Amino acid sequence: MSVRIQTEDFDVSQEMLALRKKNAKVGAVASFVGVVRDLNDGEDISTLELEHYPGMTERSLELIVTEAKARWDIYDALIIHRVGVLRPLDQIVLVIVTSAHRGESFKACEFLMDYLKTRAPFWKKEQTSSGERWVEARASDAEAAERWAKAQSK
Amino acid sequence: MEIKVFFFAKLREVFEIGHEVIVITDAENKVSDVLNVLRQRGDVWRRELDENKSFRIAVNQEMVSDDVFLNEADEVAFFPPVTGG
Repeated sequence: MSVRIQTEDFDVSQEMLALRKKNAKVGAVASFVGVVRDLNDGEDISTLELEHYPGMTERSLELIVTEAKARWDIYDALIIHRVGVLRPLDQIVLVIVTSAHRGESFKACEFLMDYLKTRAPFWKKEQTSSGERWVEARASDAEAAERWAKAQSK
Repeated sequence: MEIKVFFFAKLREVFEIGHEVIVITDAENKVSDVLNVLRQRGDVWRRELDENKSFRIAVNQEMVSDDVFLNEADEVAFFPPVTGG
C-alpha cells in the first residue's frame, strides 16, 4: 500500500524501515515531511483543518506515484497525508522514495510533493486570531508542478 | 438522466450542501449543462460558479474541463483549487 489517508500521526523512521523492506538493492531513501506552522500570511494559526474528497484523494495520489515510477528508476514510494484537525508543530504529510542512487529519490520525492500540492483534493481551513479562513492556492505551487510537465525527461 | 453532484471545502460551506442529485436531459449531457442548472439558482450559486471564478471540476474522481460529456449516475464534483501538503 503506497498511499494512506489518516487522522493519526505517523512515525517517519518506522515508515522508512518498512518501505525499505530489507531490500539490499536500496541505496538511497529520500523523504519529505510537511509540518503545520504557527504563522501564515501574517496571522497566528491556532488550528488547521484538512478536508478531502474520499476516493478521489487515494486515486489521484496513486496516479502520481505511478507517474513517478514511470519517470524515474525508483523502487518504491509512500505517501501519508493526514486529515482532520491539526495544530502547529503537527506533521501533515510524509513522502518517502527508495532507489539505488540518490538522484532518482531526490527528484521523485520533490515531484511527488509538487504534484500532490496541485492535484490531490485536499483543502486547508485555518483558525486564526481573527476567525477562520480557507487557505488560498498559491501560484508558486502551480509553477513548481508546471516545471515537471515541461521537463518531460529527467 | 441523474447526475450525482458533490461540493467540497468553501463551496460546500457557501452552498450549505455536500451532495445532491441533479437531473439533466439526455440532450444536455455535458458538465457545463450541470453548471447551468446550478447557476440558474442565482445568488451564491451564480457568484461562486461564475466563469471568472477558479473552481475545479472532477468527473468520476478525475479532474476535467466543463466540456466533458456525462453519463447516467456519473459523479461530478466542484471544489476550489486544492491546498494540501
